[in-house]
Order: sequence, then C-alpha cells, then structure tokens
Amino acid sequence: MLLSGADIIVKTLIEQGCETVFGYPGGQIINVYDSLYKYQDEITHILAAHEQGAAHAADGYARATGKPGVVIATSGPGATNLVTGIATAYIDSVPMVAITGNVMTSQIGSDSFQEIDITGVTLPITKHNYFVGKIEDLADTIREAFVIAASGRPGPVLIDVPKDIQQAKYEYEPKAPVVPGGRICAKEIRISPAADCINKAERPFIYFGGGTITSEAQEEMLQLAELIDAPIGCSMMGISGVPTDHPRFLGMQGMHGHYASSMAMHNADCIIALGARFNDRVTGNRAKFSVGAKIVHIDIEGAELGKTTNDAHMLRGDIKMTLEKLLPLIKKDEKPEWMAKVAAFREEETRVQDNREGMTPRNCLMALNKYLGENTAVATDVGQHQMWAAQTVEFKKTRRFISSGGLGTMGFGMGAAIGAAMATRERSVLVTGDGSFGMNLNEMATAVTYNVPMVILLMNNGVLGMVRQWQTLFFDKHYSNTILDRRTDFVKLAQAFGADGAVATNLEELDDALAKAFACDGPFIVDCRIDKDEFVLPMLPPGGSMDDIIVKVGD
Amino acid sequence: MERYTIAILVNNQSGVLNRVTSMFRRRQFNIACLTVSETESPDYSRITILFEGEESKKNQLINQFYKLPDVISIKELHAKDSVSRELLLIKVANSPETREEIRSAAEAFEAKTVDYTRESIVMQVTGDRKRIDDFINIMRDFTIMEICRTGLVALQCGDATIRQETN
Repeated sequence: MLLSGADIIVKTLIEQGCETVFGYPGGQIINVYDSLYKYQDEITHILAAHEQGAAHAADGYARATGKPGVVIATSGPGATNLVTGIATAYIDSVPMVAITGNVMTSQIGSDSFQEIDITGVTLPITKHNYFVGKIEDLADTIREAFVIAASGRPGPVLIDVPKDIQQAKYEYEPKAPVVPGGRICAKEIRISPAADCINKAERPFIYFGGGTITSEAQEEMLQLAELIDAPIGCSMMGISGVPTDHPRFLGMQGMHGHYASSMAMHNADCIIALGARFNDRVTGNRAKFSVGAKIVHIDIEGAELGKTTNDAHMLRGDIKMTLEKLLPLIKKDEKPEWMAKVAAFREEETRVQDNREGMTPRNCLMALNKYLGENTAVATDVGQHQMWAAQTVEFKKTRRFISSGGLGTMGFGMGAAIGAAMATRERSVLVTGDGSFGMNLNEMATAVTYNVPMVILLMNNGVLGMVRQWQTLFFDKHYSNTILDRRTDFVKLAQAFGADGAVATNLEELDDALAKAFACDGPFIVDCRIDKDEFVLPMLPPGGSMDDIIVKVGD
Repeated sequence: MERYTIAILVNNQSGVLNRVTSMFRRRQFNIACLTVSETESPDYSRITILFEGEESKKNQLINQFYKLPDVISIKELHAKDSVSRELLLIKVANSPETREEIRSAAEAFEAKTVDYTRESIVMQVTGDRKRIDDFINIMRDFTIMEICRTGLVALQCGDATIRQETN
C-alpha cells in the first residue's frame, strides 16, 4: 500500500512488535505523531516530560523485557536531549531504537531552525546510526536498526529522518519481525583448552555480567558452578541474573561489592568471566587484580576479550551456546577446601556487616525487601543509594534490577522505573537519592498522567552522599558543593504533581509509608530520612587492590 | 611508540570514513597518513592508515573496528610481507646555480619532472616511504617551496587479500 514516510515508520514499528514507544513531539517529527494518532489502537505512545526521561524510559523498558526500547524525538534540542539516554544504553549494552526528525533534506546543513547533525553527535554513543535520505530506504533501515540493536552485544541505534522523507509517499509492504543475528558459538579449538584450564582449577570463581542475562545463560552457568564446585559473583550489571538467595551466589563484587564475593575472586586461581568486561570499578588496580588467577573469558564481543585483563583463554561467542559446548568437557569435582575458604569469607562478611539498629540504609532496604513481589522491577539512580540497593535488595527474577552501570547516569531512575513498570505491567520501585531525584523529577508528571504504579524510595540525606564520602575519605572533609540546603518538601512536591507521599524518620514510619505506597494506584514518594554521613561499605579505594579494602569506617 | 599500517575494507558510503577516523580520535592516536579509494567492487572502499601508538592500544583498536557495521575486514600490514607505495610531488626553487645538482639528484631517484619554469621545478617520485623521505631530505639542500604526498597504498604479497580476513 502507498503510505507516507511517517506512516511507514509507525507501521514498521508495529510490524516489528513494538507495543509501547516513548517520546516527545515537535515540529520536525509532527508527521510521525500524526501517524501515531492514526494507529493509536495498535501502538501506545507515552509522552514524557523531557526527551531524556523518554530515552531512559525506553531503556528501562528494554532492560526489563530484553526487547529493543523505542524512543521518538524531534530535531535539534529534542534530539540532543536524547544523548545522555542513548549513551547510558550504549555503555550498558541495552537494545534501543531512537527515531529523530530533522529538517527538510533541502535545508540540511544550512543551520536551519532546530537543525542538528544528530548522526554526527551520536556517532560515538550508538552501535550504528542512519540518516535516511531516500524514502525507499526507510522501512528497511528501521528493520536493519532492530537487527543491529538486538544482535550480538546489543546497543542503541539512531535513525534520523528529514521531514520531507516523512511526508513523501512510498509503497509499504509489511514484513515479518526481524530475527537478531550474531549468536555464534566460540570456536571449538578454543573450548577444549578452556575446559582443561577449568578442570585443573583448585579455586574456581564464576564472575558474570549483563552479557549472561542477555544470553539467558543462567541455567548453564549454574550447572557449571555445580560441576566444578565454584562460588558465583557478578558485576553490577549481573544483579538479578540469578536469585539473590541462591546458595552459590556471593553477590556483586568490585569497588562496593560484597566482601565475600570480592575476596573469593581475589583468591581464585581461575576466574570464569561470562559476559562481563572487567571494568575499573570491578578490578581496582589492574596490576594487582587477581594476579594468581587464570582468566577464562567468554563474551560475544571480541573487543572485550583481553581488553583490560590478561585473559588466558578468550572465547568469542554467545555464552549460552558456548557453555553448552563446554559443559560436557567439564569433570565433576568437589572442592571442600575451597568451599570452606569461601564459607570463611562469608562469615567474615557477616561479622563486618552493618548491624546497627535504626534508620540505616541497610535496614531501610531490608524493609523494602518485604514488599517486593517476584516480578517487581527495582530501578535506581546513581550514587550511594544505588550501591546500597545493589548490595541489599533481593531479587528472584532476571531483568528486575534496572540501574545505570557503565555511564553512572544520575537522573536515570525516574524514566527507567516508568519504562520498567510499562514493561512488567506491574508496580515498579525506584530507589533514589535526593541528588539524583532532583535531576529528572519532572517525570513525576509522566507517572501521574499514566497513573504508573511506582514506589519511589527516596533516601534523603540532604547531601550528594557519594561525592561526600570521597571528600570525607580523600579530600580532608572539604564538602565542596555537596551539601544540599534545598528545603524541598518532597511530600508536598508529590502532591503538587497530583501524587502522594509520606515522610519516614524511623523504621516504624518507614513500614507504614511503604504499606501505603504499595497500596497506592499511582506514584508515591517515601521521603526516607537517613544520616548524611552514612558510608557505602565495603570500599575498594579507586586504583586500590583487595589489600586496601575498607570494611568499616575507622579501619 | 611503534608505527603501524592497517588496511580496512569498508562499505562505500558517506560517513564511513568519519566513523573509522573517530576510532583513532577517541584513543588519541595521531594518523600519519591516510588514503581512501574505491576498490575492485564499487560497493567497497579501502582505507589505508599509517599511525603511531602503543601496541596494546593498537590491538584494541583493531578489535573495536569490528564493532562498526560498515567495516568488512581489517588487515594489519607488515613490511616483510606487503608492498607499499607512495607518490610525492615536490616543488623546488629553480636557479642557474642549482639546476644541475637538482637534476642529478632527481636522476638518482628516478624522479620525473612534471612542471618546469625558470623559477620552479615540480618533480614526481614514487616509492616506499623511506625512499620518499630520503629524496625530500636531499632536496632540503635546495629551496623546497612545497610538497604534497599521497599517503600509503599497500597490498599484501602473494595471493592473500583483505577479503579473506575475518574477525
């Protein structure tokens, strides 16, 4: 059928299985919004308060479902407002398709009103991007974008469509949803030496990241752990990949990781890394990082193998497929000595754990845990609250921890929690801080408009806590610009947006507030007051090694 | 810091060169020279780049190139099993006193005179980089008015081709 470019965009999105898209209209994307109006029975558009919020919502939607999130924005500022959202998705390997309008082809390059070279701007933060100069390329470009976004290591793809292309008419033929490619198994000749290395290990440790979640390889990973009697830890991106209470799971490791997890990795003689990239927050000082361990690294992304660590075995391939080939070569072996050592690490972790009473971050999050359903997505912003949540919130189901890992984007959480609630069709939770919340709290308007059930646990300490923690430890307590003397009344703020909230100054009040919040239809802010000098512990000082770990303040 | 030559086969589309050079910019690599041209197939372009950098970063760079959907294949070229050529145009000042000396140097390097006036001589030299560098050095005894080099073009020896490279 003969359709306008704008109709082709929307029809192709529907054809590719998009039910919900996020965005914000504007002059150069107005035709697409007219088509969204026309096809509103087949596709839902969620209007955000700001394009950044829309991008984070698409990201949260994608993280919760594994399907590409779609965000639509106009040219110029609409497009540049997506940048932080796209970069956040890029570094965390989240599939996303961003569609932007642009000025007429004839005006491109003339600095017209609201014209920006968005393909140029997003070049280093997209997996790929397109400027569609010909209507005949439009539908296939969108399909290709979905393939690239979801294939191999996922990531964001941007498509810039000038207004005249949206208006032009062309024959549209529906096609089947694309099938992401790039799922390859590691080369056979690499698998058996890796298996030998694993079989010889006396103290193996499995370290997984977001790639294991993408590959849905948890079952195979757990089988491997059982066979070789290995403990499991993860990067922050791996959280919720296995149930928090799994007996072999030691939790996140790294700068603010669980003591037992970091220690087990540090003492291992073989680290099996699955879809994780040994970021500096994981390794600390690379020269001192797990020097005694041989690393078996499996990742779909060849560029990650041996990038920051001296990998003994590099297996480029899909984790699930590669583990399926690897497992038959692995000998069952019990390692009571190693397990005893791991148990000792756990005991030490319990010993140094924060067991104070009252409104400690840990107690607040333990209170939250009681309210979480199996399917509840918990999003976070970035800072101390994020690390506390990563350490304490309990998960049962994969893809339920929604947090900006690589980029560390403050302000990510509001949009992401909205997107996650849309994806799971259930109440979501946002754990945030007063600093991060201040960045994109405008999305409260979105949550109210669409009556998104959402519990916002705002860990309010009146400071930018993570920077303050560094200033306390490394900058002689010079609290430069980290004290927030804002006097914002968050309950009144919630009410002004048309939502509701409650203050919690002690654990009883917190429990009452959470009970109210989890019974509420729409968004609800729990203004949870904590002390400004709470620390995230343990802490590996930046550039430090496990020898420098701080487990208690005053150590 | 070592010098490396890599050849990259890419889709022949606008913006691809930008994507490739952006990888160098991100890693603070300085490109010493770069050539781009269409290949035996109009669908592909070949980019040859000579650059300086640390070996570990160079290996990273090559891995990262495979992340670009427009990159078909990459080959690092080594002097021992590849041939490389560059073309130089050099304009030197002409005068009755230097004329003969310039001519004999040019003969030794098989330089071709492509433009000749009372005031200037433009010569063309082809060869590997060293030969071009040497000729420019000799010409420094005279007055070099300006030079322009094409940058390297390079192919592997024997029947090996860049199309056979896979990630």
